[in-house]
Amino acid sequence: MAKTVVLERKPLSLSERTYLPQIATGLKTTFSNMFKEKVTLQYPEEKPAIPKNYRGIPTLVKDPNGREKCVSCQLCEFVCPPKAIRITPGSVPEGETDRAHVEKAPQEFEINMLRCIYCGYCQEVCPEEAIFLQDEYSSSGYSREEMINNKEKLYELGGTLPDAHYKWDKKKNEEDLGNDH
Amino acid sequence: MFDPDFIFMIGLKVFFAFLMIGAVMTMAGYSVLAERKVSAWMQGRVGPNRTVLPLVGYIPFFGRFLKGLGIFQPLADGLKFLFKEEIIPGHVNKFYYNLAPIVALVPALTTMTVLPFGEFFNSDGESVPLMLANLEVGILFILAVSSLGVYGIVLAGWSSNSKYPFLGGIRSSAQMISYELAMGLSLLPIFLWVSQPGSGLLGLSLVDIVQSQSNSAWLFLVQPLSALIFLIALFAETNRLPFDMPESETDLVGGFHTEYGGFKFGIFFVAEYAHIVVGSAIFTLIFLGGWHFLPWIADPWPANWIGTIIGIAWFLAKTLFLIFFFIWIRWTLPRFRYDQVMNLGWTKLLPLALLNLLFYVLLVTWLDQSSL
Amino acid sequence: MKNGKSSSVVINLDGQDVEVPAGINLVEAASLHGTEVPHYCYHPKLSVAGNCRMCLVEMGTPMRDRATGEAILDEHGKQKIGWIPKPVIGCGTNVSQGMHVKTSSPMVKDSREGIMEFLLVNHPLDCPICDQAGECRLQEFATDYGRGYSRYVERKNVKPKRTRLGPRVTLDDERCILCSRCIRFCQEVVDDDVLGFVDRGSFSTLTCFPGKELSNNYSLNTVDLCPVGALTSTDFRFKMRVWFLKESSSICTESSAGSNITVSSREGVIHRITPRRNDEVNDSWMSDSGRELYKNVTSEDRLMKAKVDQEECTLSHAIETVKDTVDGKKLGIVGSCHSSLEEQFLLNKLAKITKAKKFLRGHFGEDDGILVSSDRTPNLRGSLVSGFSSRYPTDNLESLSKSLDKNELDVLLVIGEDLLASGIDLNQLNGVTLIFAGTHQNETSKLAKILIPTLTSFEKTGCFINRNFRVQSFKQAIPGPAGLLPDLQILSALIKSLEKDGIHRPDLSSIWKEMGKSSGSPLKGISFSDVPEDGLLIDGSKWSHLEFVEKKALNYTPARKAQKSK
Repeated sequence: MAKTVVLERKPLSLSERTYLPQIATGLKTTFSNMFKEKVTLQYPEEKPAIPKNYRGIPTLVKDPNGREKCVSCQLCEFVCPPKAIRITPGSVPEGETDRAHVEKAPQEFEINMLRCIYCGYCQEVCPEEAIFLQDEYSSSGYSREEMINNKEKLYELGGTLPDAHYKWDKKKNEEDLGNDH
Repeated sequence: MFDPDFIFMIGLKVFFAFLMIGAVMTMAGYSVLAERKVSAWMQGRVGPNRTVLPLVGYIPFFGRFLKGLGIFQPLADGLKFLFKEEIIPGHVNKFYYNLAPIVALVPALTTMTVLPFGEFFNSDGESVPLMLANLEVGILFILAVSSLGVYGIVLAGWSSNSKYPFLGGIRSSAQMISYELAMGLSLLPIFLWVSQPGSGLLGLSLVDIVQSQSNSAWLFLVQPLSALIFLIALFAETNRLPFDMPESETDLVGGFHTEYGGFKFGIFFVAEYAHIVVGSAIFTLIFLGGWHFLPWIADPWPANWIGTIIGIAWFLAKTLFLIFFFIWIRWTLPRFRYDQVMNLGWTKLLPLALLNLLFYVLLVTWLDQSSL
Repeated sequence: MKNGKSSSVVINLDGQDVEVPAGINLVEAASLHGTEVPHYCYHPKLSVAGNCRMCLVEMGTPMRDRATGEAILDEHGKQKIGWIPKPVIGCGTNVSQGMHVKTSSPMVKDSREGIMEFLLVNHPLDCPICDQAGECRLQEFATDYGRGYSRYVERKNVKPKRTRLGPRVTLDDERCILCSRCIRFCQEVVDDDVLGFVDRGSFSTLTCFPGKELSNNYSLNTVDLCPVGALTSTDFRFKMRVWFLKESSSICTESSAGSNITVSSREGVIHRITPRRNDEVNDSWMSDSGRELYKNVTSEDRLMKAKVDQEECTLSHAIETVKDTVDGKKLGIVGSCHSSLEEQFLLNKLAKITKAKKFLRGHFGEDDGILVSSDRTPNLRGSLVSGFSSRYPTDNLESLSKSLDKNELDVLLVIGEDLLASGIDLNQLNGVTLIFAGTHQNETSKLAKILIPTLTSFEKTGCFINRNFRVQSFKQAIPGPAGLLPDLQILSALIKSLEKDGIHRPDLSSIWKEMGKSSGSPLKGISFSDVPEDGLLIDGSKWSHLEFVEKKALNYTPARKAQKSK
């Protein structure tokens, strides 16, 4: 059994027992606090600085040429723990020259922000670097339907991000130059 | 019977009464704002700073300043209480449930009838106190009426037919009774002191108490222990932290007014702050020299209407500081436990007040004997 | 070995002596003992081509002195192994007694890594948009046996991405690894030689012969065969990723061949149907037309609501009305060869209780000699085994027509069949109350007084008996439309309401117990849970006198011919 050691406490002095000097000290502390700088932000006007790698609302981004990057591989839909993502895959119609090799693109892409838990798995899993959790964090609506971000909304939120690969451009380049037959 | 002068007198009194109510209610309302602002500042926050009247906000600098100060917040709060749905829960005793807020507010407003807040010099150069009713036993009237306020709380707690309000009501009645004793006992030495033979002053008259401090020591310097006991008891009587047993949000949800909402809750709220305003004024009058300038220093202002206004302002400044002190204490100290409250009241303050009384009885007796 | 008496040989697989059947190749032998030899071009149901080189293994045989034929022993007294210095392909090497095989030696691993690297040189980075992703052998073997990164910095070959090979097959040339499975399938199984390679080296391309296209009824099997995503189903292309699909075993209802199938669905929606290997029935194939059948589930003319007198009502009300309509009347029951074995049994029971006359028609078409037989119903033999019918049904309802002419019937319960398309005249049905229970609308359902919607075979569980008298069970793949009940429950409810003191439960095990009781039934002693995944062959000799219409086809020989050959 654990042994309990009773520690001898220093007896309180008379002034301590009246409690009044302690109250005075407390009053001094609170009073000095009144003149310190305020720590709160005036939210809608002042917004906090969003740190890099912040996980805000998931969005779809376009490449610098304005083409949609998502190829509806549905990996994000698969990995999404709360099943917030719903994709209807579709194909890119033949004859679109700037997306000739992509073939596949989402017909509809929905993220239910009532389900989303901002885990960022979708961003991590995306092989095309098309989905990003960016710095937008405020999402509101009057109905459940409004809280489902559709493809249009997702692209509007996402905007354009720099692309390190230009995968499909590379492909097009390869096709144009070609190898010796 | 229908003497025009008499009717004019009554009309004037009614007019003054409304003026007074308006002043006290406004002060109560702004005390709420002060509470929110001061607590915010002490906690590194900004406090209410969004409410603004139309157009006022567009005044350059000044409008923004007022808005930032939250000066219109009490207006918004009051309107909110007014326009909220009046809900009467099904399980309450409806008559007493509706009566309780009235019973709580009325004593708070009644006490102010005997509060002097300045002096006026008539054509003969005599000092006439400014008050609604110059009662010669004003302090007794205040003690008697303000203790009625507990009935509002007890009624609210009982008629709500619910656990938390009931506990809140019980606690508050026990607490108020306990501290009233110490409060009354702490004032007795003051009466003795003020009504010393030959001064011609009445110890029970608030005006005379104030006049006794004119050009001499303030009573809290003469009787610091009485002042301390009275102040502590005042905190307890106004249900302010560290003695807010009836409400104690942490253990009783909302205390006696848990079942109240809308305007009825608003009345409780205002009554609480009216109590603070009146309490602060009383403390100022008894211990801080009322409208007089500083201890041992004669009023530097002339004995005419300018002096009257400066005197009133000076009195208000002291009162406002005390209100600030109330708020300051609230955001500094934690709440006592219920048993600690009882312990402090009965085993510490009451004996101390008795000893204090005994000491001053002997002192005053000795002084009287020696001066004869 | 060659004395013919042993049908199995002992080989040494990765240092362990194991017994394997004689004559099989090393890929099969290894897989029998839980060792995977990766392969692309080899398929157990096709000839060996040996062109992908993925199944390279090290192989050696016991050494013998060439002159004397005596075994050469090593210092431990064991027979020395003559290892072949280069790796050999597992698919093209058959086992022999004492053969030693290494499937994971450094040389084998090196070979696989090299092969994978070559296969991936021109393979596009298409996985995110490739329908094969998730069931792609190239993907799997690249992670299992590949080197993990690419050393190839040169330009890749870019080939056409959407070549139309046929009405149902689209080719993505870039992804093709030239395994030639599809070519061999067309040649060997369908006998429709349309595919071949053109060009050389890394420019080799799969293509159709000029003027031909891959349009035979088995073309989609090439999509299943394709180890990568080169051949894609035009119907399924870009519709759904395979990892979302829930797979359930079922039976194709197209014909009496009863192909074993896998139904892939997601959240109650079927996305595709693929064949399930059953070497006794359909090998690994199925017809393209059978794959289309899932579209019936959501087709426009599907019956979704129970109706009485053309008014929508609840299912239970409809069943009650049937009971009131049938009670004490002269009833005729038109059964269906599309119903499951259990349903036909219950229908027969209902007929017994109500003393109803039974009618049955067959549906016949052309026999393609593979997996679409001329009997276009999945369960004609089931109607015989269940006792509903004792005669072989014809293409029409002549007997019903006669009965109607003689005014022998007041009420007619029709299961799914269209009377007007079966030789019955509209006038003949005057004065006859029609009760229709089926999945889809037809001319008869429009005339019915009481309409009971039922479930398709994808939405219920039961058994079919195929042309080999093989009982094959199908499992529910998706839930049925809201408010509908399986046919078994509807029939049970009817029987329960009409049978005064019978105890009846609509579960399969009790129905099977009852089926086994009837005299002479080949189902005696079998319960539903006894039917294995690949079916159970039962004795159909009792009906061998009947004129079954099926011709000789894949894994099927007509019974009478078989008797003659005996």
